[in-house]
Amino acid sequence: MSNKKIGAVVTVGGGIGGVQASLDLAESGFKVYLVDEKPCIGGVMAQLDKTFPTNDCSACIFSPKLQTLAQNPNIEIVAYSRIEAIEGAAGDFRVKVRRKARYVDPAKCTSCGACAQKCPTKVPNEYNFGHDVRKAIYKDYAQGIPSVYTIDTDHCRVFQGKKCGVCAKVCPAGAVDYEQKDVIEEFEVGAVIMAPGYELFDTSNVSEYGHGIAPNVVVNLEMERILSASGPFSGVVTRPSDGRHPKKIAWIQCVASRDRRKGMPHCSSVCCMASIKQAVIAKEHDATIEPTIFFMDIRAYGKDFDKYYEKAKTDGGVRFIRSMVSRVVDDPVSHDLDIVYLDSESKLKTETFDMVVLAVGIKPSDEAVETARLLNVDLDTERFCVTGSFEPVKTSSPGIFVAGAFQAPKDIPQTVMEASAAAGVAVRMLADQRNTLTSKKELPPEKDFSGQEPRIGVFVCRCGINIASTVDVPGVVDKIRELPGVVYAGENLFTCSQDTQAQIKNVIQEHNLNRMIVASCTPRTHLPLFQETAREAGLNKYLVEMANIREHCSWVHMSEKEKATDKAVDLIKMAVARTAKLEQVQDQQLPMVQSALVIGGGVAGMAAALNLADQGFPTHLLETTDKLGGNAWNLSHTLKGENIQPFLEGMIKKVQDEPKITVHFDSSIKDVHGFVGAFKTEITEAGGVSEVIDHGVAVVATGASEWKPDLYSYGQDPRIRTHFEMTKAMKDGDPQVWKADTTVFIQCVGSRCQERPWCSKVCCNHTVMDAIELKETNPAGKIFVLYRDIRTFGLNESYYEKARRLGVIFARYEPEAPPAVQVGSKLQVSLKDLVLGGTMTISADNLVLASAIIPNENNKELAKFFKISTNEDGYFLEAHMKLRPVDFATDGVFLAGLAHYPKPLDETIAQAEAAGSHAAQILARGYVEAPGMVSVIDPYFCRGCGRCVDTCPFHAPELKEVSPGVFKSEVNPALCKGCGACAVVCPTGAASIRHFKDDQIVQMIDVAVA
Amino acid sequence: MPEEFDPKIVAFACNWCSYAGADLAGVGRMQYPPSIRLIRLMCSGMLVPSYILRAFEKGADGVLVTG
Repeated sequence: MSNKKIGAVVTVGGGIGGVQASLDLAESGFKVYLVDEKPCIGGVMAQLDKTFPTNDCSACIFSPKLQTLAQNPNIEIVAYSRIEAIEGAAGDFRVKVRRKARYVDPAKCTSCGACAQKCPTKVPNEYNFGHDVRKAIYKDYAQGIPSVYTIDTDHCRVFQGKKCGVCAKVCPAGAVDYEQKDVIEEFEVGAVIMAPGYELFDTSNVSEYGHGIAPNVVVNLEMERILSASGPFSGVVTRPSDGRHPKKIAWIQCVASRDRRKGMPHCSSVCCMASIKQAVIAKEHDATIEPTIFFMDIRAYGKDFDKYYEKAKTDGGVRFIRSMVSRVVDDPVSHDLDIVYLDSESKLKTETFDMVVLAVGIKPSDEAVETARLLNVDLDTERFCVTGSFEPVKTSSPGIFVAGAFQAPKDIPQTVMEASAAAGVAVRMLADQRNTLTSKKELPPEKDFSGQEPRIGVFVCRCGINIASTVDVPGVVDKIRELPGVVYAGENLFTCSQDTQAQIKNVIQEHNLNRMIVASCTPRTHLPLFQETAREAGLNKYLVEMANIREHCSWVHMSEKEKATDKAVDLIKMAVARTAKLEQVQDQQLPMVQSALVIGGGVAGMAAALNLADQGFPTHLLETTDKLGGNAWNLSHTLKGENIQPFLEGMIKKVQDEPKITVHFDSSIKDVHGFVGAFKTEITEAGGVSEVIDHGVAVVATGASEWKPDLYSYGQDPRIRTHFEMTKAMKDGDPQVWKADTTVFIQCVGSRCQERPWCSKVCCNHTVMDAIELKETNPAGKIFVLYRDIRTFGLNESYYEKARRLGVIFARYEPEAPPAVQVGSKLQVSLKDLVLGGTMTISADNLVLASAIIPNENNKELAKFFKISTNEDGYFLEAHMKLRPVDFATDGVFLAGLAHYPKPLDETIAQAEAAGSHAAQILARGYVEAPGMVSVIDPYFCRGCGRCVDTCPFHAPELKEVSPGVFKSEVNPALCKGCGACAVVCPTGAASIRHFKDDQIVQMIDVAVA
Repeated sequence: MPEEFDPKIVAFACNWCSYAGADLAGVGRMQYPPSIRLIRLMCSGMLVPSYILRAFEKGADGVLVTG
């Protein structure tokens, strides 16, 4: 086998998984070829309306990522293409890819849309599930990337042998080419990451629910399009049969999920939360809607999911019915729908609804499976990609990695974690090839506009209907055009789309703009994008300003359209006044200490440390006890049956043998100073010795612990155990547990209650695992599991199924009537029988309490040290719950493992690999990019009074003696956060903040009240 | 007929907390009167007291400082 390694990677799939992996790889110095089957990348996430549990608009959070991807010169988007063959071995593959003919030249197409406008052939739009039409030359969605049209040869008249050719005639760029042919390309890469995502089960086979026959039965993804502002009904909740607004809407869970007869025995993981979200959002769109969710178990097992579920029940007005739905009957005249179901008391009931949404199960697509076979990747019986819990992103084929729903059904944050982990593992393998095939983005030199009169361009965004349905956008543009200094004003449907970026650059050139304003949404998310666009046109990024006419205007003044329009004009006028005064500012590059500190010596901390060390960075690993391994010592094996102890011992040995890792035992943090690139952490080690560690980045992996219950007589009898204690008894071969006649498990002990309103995620799976093992060893022993909802999410469902097949009895209890335990010669466990009524009492030999996982008490202290935050439960709060699950809002600090939220071992390892990989990305860059928006002191006016020195919380200004007895203040830009406190206290006006100078603000005040 | 009082209010907001809060109000579609004009600062500590006086001098009916 050759040892050749290539510094490039193919990623398969253009959804959030493939996009995240590609961004991470490019950021780490690798060339990326992103191959996607579809004409535009974006995957399922681009089709979603909102995301749970934050109700973020999916397009709004995803678009900036897609933009960054499109603008990265080291990522080649190979859309409308598929892998045909692969040769070679890990480190040195040759991947053959077929680029399908679009019949439009992407190099020429400007995505102006003239072709689609004039195309005479209307086709049901499959992107919107056929609820509207597109043309035979089309683009799936406005912001679609790559920004190029594609001809659908199944419908185009030219390809059907009819006379047409209109699109070629009207295309101003001459991009249409009916003779275009497929092209085969070969890419040389070191690794492949598979993130092809999922597709919905084909519901035309599910006749009992009537999809495809009954017009008002829709599927979950279809409902996303119906709710979406850019969907077929512009976000107005509409019944397909008659366009009426439905009042009663039902969601039916587990349609082709948890259903072996349909070949879909797994739980699809995301549908419960997605349906609750749709129900809440539908009601938000139209308060008269009465949403009902028919479910078996609500699987709200992720971070803040249970709170969302509870809120939907109480404030959200969503009705939940625990049931089995037997069929949906369509009224042939009204197309109302009768749902026939068995309720939780096994009574058959019928209720009529206006519309029904099926939460259809998800599975790998045929195309993904075919690609996997080409790549020689093993798949399981349900065609998901096989992985091991200890290497969660490695496939069976060396050099091929996997992320996202192709491995098992999962949500966006888990997909993002795995994508970063897969990228991280690929980078580890190819680390010495970093920056060998990448190129730096060639930017034109910045033009110097100093001294010139302002020439401002204003781009007003319609944001689909988000702004335009409240604010009269054309009216605003007319008013703005007249303002002094404004030489261009125009409107865009989506100013953030890729084609608009190209337009903006053209406008900057054509009108010779020296400043620009985008009036759209919040600068907190979108300013970097427009700054980048401006910079590509030679404009310094500090000459770009935004006016927030969405969050601060159209969305909050929906019923006062005229006043909202006036306000939008005012906000833009204020921005114009400020912009006229803006000056060019340069960002700075600060030095970076190229080493890391990992806090916590459990599996998460060790995995992150090994990742960093493998990439060549010295890493300090801090552990509070005298032993590495953390909670994993209390576990025996995974649900899949992999033995944890040998893995753990092997990992510890690797850490101890790794010369780049320094382990500090019995250590705690006393203080932390500094910032990304230059942290100084003071620790106390064994024996009270203090040490100061210099590090550029930090990973927080402090874990969590098992709650010691004060319920169910715990602590009063040795036969009552927590999960950890039960595992130990089982591991020790205790005959009292192995030979017991009757064992009872109680779920949700201390979880999902008022004090701890979260689901601890691992307990259902742990209980099912123990129950199977006990039952297999001692089939005569009776096992009862008392539960609220069984949450064996994803592929774990098959173990729940197996436990039931083996005869484990699952009995549900309501939180209002929990089981009662009496200690005697036997343990008497009684609970209300919810099916038959009355009370059931079990005489048990053993009781296992599935006790909650609780966050560490000192998380809050650590949070203060690193200026990071915890959520109200005490778990650390990541930068963004969907798209940045391993980053903190504070630069240079990352998060992994149970400190984030309870999770199983495979997820912990994936998150740790991701955190290590993100930390290494920063270190690999070698410097810190710091904004130029810092304090500057004019020595002419400074009289050396030192008030700024006293005021600054960051110790940035310092008095320096410039000549005997004469002091002047000087600011260290590396420490300055640009808060401006110095400028406020400065008595002479010597201190000011770049980009927020007095006159830049006063101008806004004057216009605001004019 | 007396006209309804429509105040001119200038608000100063810190980029990291209250400006983000105003964004969140938007995302949550919380409706409030359109008489407010928000100025983003990088920190409320950046607010020079004379800005407030300036706003009143120019005719503001109220000034809201958040951070």
